[in-house]
Amino acid sequence: MPNGQVVQNASQGSILATNKLIKNTYLLLSMTLFFSAAMAALASFLNVPFGAGLICSIAGMVMIWFVLPKVADSAAGVGVVFLVTGLFGFGLGPVINHYLAYANGASIVGTAMAGTGIIFVTLSAYALITRKNFSFMGGFLIVGLVAILVAALANIFLQMPALSMAISAIVILLMSGFILYDTSRMVNEPHSANYIVMTISLYLSILNIFTSLLHLLGMGGDD
Amino acid sequence: MDWMKIGSALFIVAMLVFLVPRIKPMLENSPKGTNNDWLLVGVLLAGVAGFIWLLMKMV
Repeated sequence: MPNGQVVQNASQGSILATNKLIKNTYLLLSMTLFFSAAMAALASFLNVPFGAGLICSIAGMVMIWFVLPKVADSAAGVGVVFLVTGLFGFGLGPVINHYLAYANGASIVGTAMAGTGIIFVTLSAYALITRKNFSFMGGFLIVGLVAILVAALANIFLQMPALSMAISAIVILLMSGFILYDTSRMVNEPHSANYIVMTISLYLSILNIFTSLLHLLGMGGDD
Repeated sequence: MDWMKIGSALFIVAMLVFLVPRIKPMLENSPKGTNNDWLLVGVLLAGVAGFIWLLMKMV
């Protein structure tokens, strides 16, 4: 086989792998977002307390750390993704109820949902269309994430509203960076990315943007 | 201090314990971005910040 044809076949294989990864990731992501929203609505309807929501979120994170890496390459991974996103969705119910109790609560929740959708679609579309490689952001993003977690830990005890707002704003920017990073990874390094892991990663970015946006809009609209 | 604060704090500490060992390999394996790359990221994130500001004004 001529060298040119080998290169062409390899290139076509890479494009096929990229398209398959992107299709599978967005399909699973959209299904898990619907499932998560249904679980959030159920928790909201049942008026689940904050404590139960926190326990569900911790359980979801424990599943991501200890269970998902073992099943990410098998069909069982899809079930674990639904379980994790269901737990996070259920944990979101009390938070949504808290904001719905505000005078303009429906407007805050609706705006946060729309805003999250617009940020995610715009950044993903940018990374997909331009095929720009954002892998250089990896170190910056993980250092930023650790720094913001330290600030959030400090604010549990300090209880400073200004710091709380700053943390929410920075989380939105960090998660926006993660959306660019993960999407460009699917486009540029399809063989090193797994659609189950990519789905969870994008889901967590969307969830964090939504909760931080809720917090900012809630504080901004709270007289 | 209520148990919610203690639970949240322990949750964040657990995340830090999980993330901190990953910093060094991530920093070593990430390619270096050019000034133009970082400028582009800055412009995109500034767009996100502007959009959030707009949303806060709307609510």
